[in-house]
Amino acid sequence: MRIGIDVGGTNTDAVLMDGDRVVAAVKRGTTRDVTGGIVAALEGLRDQLLQRPPATGSARAANGADGEGATLGDVNAVMIGTTHFINALVEADRLAPTAAVRLGLPATSALPPFVDWPDALVEAVSGRGYLCHGGHEFDGRLISEPDPDELRRTADDIRARGIRSVAVSSVFSPVNIEFEERAAEILAAELPGVPISLSHEIGRIGLLERENATIVNAALRELATGIVDGLSGAMAGLGITAPLYLSQNDGTLMGLEFARRYPVATFASGPTNSMRGAAALSGIGTCAVVDIGGTTSDIGILSGGFPREATTEVTVAGIRTNFRMPDVLSIGIGGGSRIHPDHRVGPDSVGYRLPEQALVFGGSTLTATDIAVAAGRAEIGDPSLVAHLDRGMVQAVLDRIADEVAEAVERMRTSPEPLPVVAVGGGSILLPDELPGCGTLHRPGNHSVANAIGAAIAQIGGEVDRIYTVAPDRRETVLDEARQEAVDRAIAGGAQPGSVRIVEFDEIPVPYLPGDATRIRVKAVGDLAIKELSTKGAGHA
Amino acid sequence: MREIGLDDLVDIATGAAILGTGGGGDPYIGRLMARAALRETGPVKLTPLAELPDDAVVLPVASMGAPTVMVEKLPAADELSNAVEALCGYLGRRPTHLACAEAGGVNSLIPVAAAARTGLPLIDADGMGRAFPELQMFVPGLYGVKASPMAMSDDKGNRAVIHTVDNHWTERLARAATVEMGGSSTTALYAMTGKQAREFMVPGTLSLCAELGALVERHRATGDTAEAVAGRLGGRVLFTGKILDVERRTVGGFARGTAKLTDGSAELRLSFQNEHLLAELDGVPVATTPDLICVLDQQTGFPVTTEATRYGQRVTVLVAPCDPRWHTPEGLALVGPRYFGYDLDPVAI
Repeated sequence: MRIGIDVGGTNTDAVLMDGDRVVAAVKRGTTRDVTGGIVAALEGLRDQLLQRPPATGSARAANGADGEGATLGDVNAVMIGTTHFINALVEADRLAPTAAVRLGLPATSALPPFVDWPDALVEAVSGRGYLCHGGHEFDGRLISEPDPDELRRTADDIRARGIRSVAVSSVFSPVNIEFEERAAEILAAELPGVPISLSHEIGRIGLLERENATIVNAALRELATGIVDGLSGAMAGLGITAPLYLSQNDGTLMGLEFARRYPVATFASGPTNSMRGAAALSGIGTCAVVDIGGTTSDIGILSGGFPREATTEVTVAGIRTNFRMPDVLSIGIGGGSRIHPDHRVGPDSVGYRLPEQALVFGGSTLTATDIAVAAGRAEIGDPSLVAHLDRGMVQAVLDRIADEVAEAVERMRTSPEPLPVVAVGGGSILLPDELPGCGTLHRPGNHSVANAIGAAIAQIGGEVDRIYTVAPDRRETVLDEARQEAVDRAIAGGAQPGSVRIVEFDEIPVPYLPGDATRIRVKAVGDLAIKELSTKGAGHA
Repeated sequence: MREIGLDDLVDIATGAAILGTGGGGDPYIGRLMARAALRETGPVKLTPLAELPDDAVVLPVASMGAPTVMVEKLPAADELSNAVEALCGYLGRRPTHLACAEAGGVNSLIPVAAAARTGLPLIDADGMGRAFPELQMFVPGLYGVKASPMAMSDDKGNRAVIHTVDNHWTERLARAATVEMGGSSTTALYAMTGKQAREFMVPGTLSLCAELGALVERHRATGDTAEAVAGRLGGRVLFTGKILDVERRTVGGFARGTAKLTDGSAELRLSFQNEHLLAELDGVPVATTPDLICVLDQQTGFPVTTEATRYGQRVTVLVAPCDPRWHTPEGLALVGPRYFGYDLDPVAI
């Protein structure tokens, strides 16, 4: 059995799953410290387990090992999708003083690190940039040799200023990682105990965006240690001894050691978990997923069970970055959206004040939820409070919601081929059974906890993304090497060797460059190698 | 507009992306470089073409190379001034003014940074009135102004000056040197007198970029951006619809492709090579290079680059006349449909 938890802006959802079956599911309010909501959700699961009526002999036989009589102590793994880290960045809170060391001189000096950051965030991380020698050309030639003395002097200054975390970037490190690693060795020797984040492990081509993502990661590393320790402690307090994993932007898992090193990889796990949960619940692996919450509808595309990733820059808290994020389009339509006199829906929302402000709860604001109740699509609050609404107006608003969601799905599609649409989240009651131009809408059971289910079913991945110079007769060999490296990385990350398969493969010739430069991107995923119950506790305090 | 300050950069970038007709490269790096320079030096003086004295020495500057490289190996701080100095050394005279080689994408803002760094004024003009992919595609070139001698600089401090027999050779040799310089370089070329610049450069294009950017910003809420932009450019809205299909392939180092649009009844087909080059309505050519074919997002009014064109986008396509000198036989030989491999005559819009 495993527990999946997804921390959203409003709710923290948790599910206990036995194989593909949902044994228990709860929703609790997200707390400001995040961990409190997680603990409350886990307690909710425990209480549900305790309150289950004793199983009869026949039911027990029929259901087999379905969790009857189970306790949280029987859980094999806990997967959490968390907003801890993105919140910390958005709120510019609890960020470590961070230095950005860039290897690229004499190139790149026109635009130093932090060049396009909001001033408040530079201040929040006491951001300091250092330009050093190093870097590669696109084809692997050197820009210049790194200078160990220059790096040692840089380390002296970092130490003198009390900076506690370092981000290292090197020009074209996605092509050649050597200089970042060499610099890290020198800096680590000079700055014992200071964590060092390397850009090639975090972002892709596009120096400023990759460097930014790496600085953000570095600034979050102290916090990551604290959060990870806090979560582990909370689990132990509830008698859970199973290993804990955090879910990543791409729908795969990271162990705690990895989470301490790469907190930035948790940033967009929420939408990813919703999408993957939708696929698991509906049994449709290639589809558009509409996740309707309180303030927004998030639309993403799944292919083979995994979200399509954004190919362009993604701006987070005013910082341009290019690490792996799902391609999600958000529109301002949710259960709490205000309805305007001209039938416009949102983008403003009453948000978490829905239980006070919506008409069905005795409030005075007309919201999308009121419309759904008036149309008989949902039983929430007191339906008599919306009985007076004009039928024509109600229908016009519902049509408008359906049209806008359908148009957003349309914009996310990459071809006119039919694509099934799966709706999840509490707000999916706003949508009709047939979405204009998209056919039947799939609304699977348990859809309101799809995100927690997505966390519970997450797998272990390994990725390679690099520009190769491919000689004509070497193509197959190069591709095989790249595939094998991705598989090896997945296994090293904790995947069951036999279960690993390639889920994404891209071979893109890079225009304007000679020498058959080709960007090869391979992603492999496999099932988490879970320790069986019999080995429970082994290796865990 | 008499000078370019920090507040003008966003509008100029938006306007340049419109005149870039889908190409010209992401102006982001150019905007950051201009911003970094203006923060240090204050605004750059903008000289109207009409006020240029005959004996002014005008020097266009531009970045050359692969966008993939430019976003990774950012330029060195002195790369811009190095290119200018290298050409001065060779010519034996100093420029009195800098200029934009093209009004489109990254190269509309790099010269702003160069002007700030060298302390020289910039002229309110460019050499194309839009963006084109090769350096011989330059209006003054039609009237005998030579690209050569051309200076190049790289991040390492290397400088090259090449002297060629014609502008096509300048393109070929500069392209090869750019690859050796690591895939991107900074260039200064087409040195000309104030008199030549007055006669042959395309006037007012930096002001125009700023004006177009401001139009987009102002009309964002009302949604009639395309009408406003087409009106300002003396063109018209050609088509409003949804992108049905995008096809891309890399041919000879350039990203070529087509996009199909529909409005429910008619179908518009756009063909591009970096820039949009041909528009066919239900199979009939209705606009061709060198005239401008601009694609704007219906919701935001912002220009859509050919790389970012995707299925399902709602866009408005507008066409506008290019500088009339591109429609001369010599102009069409350089940038007409046949040069880009389309077997047809340019269509009057």
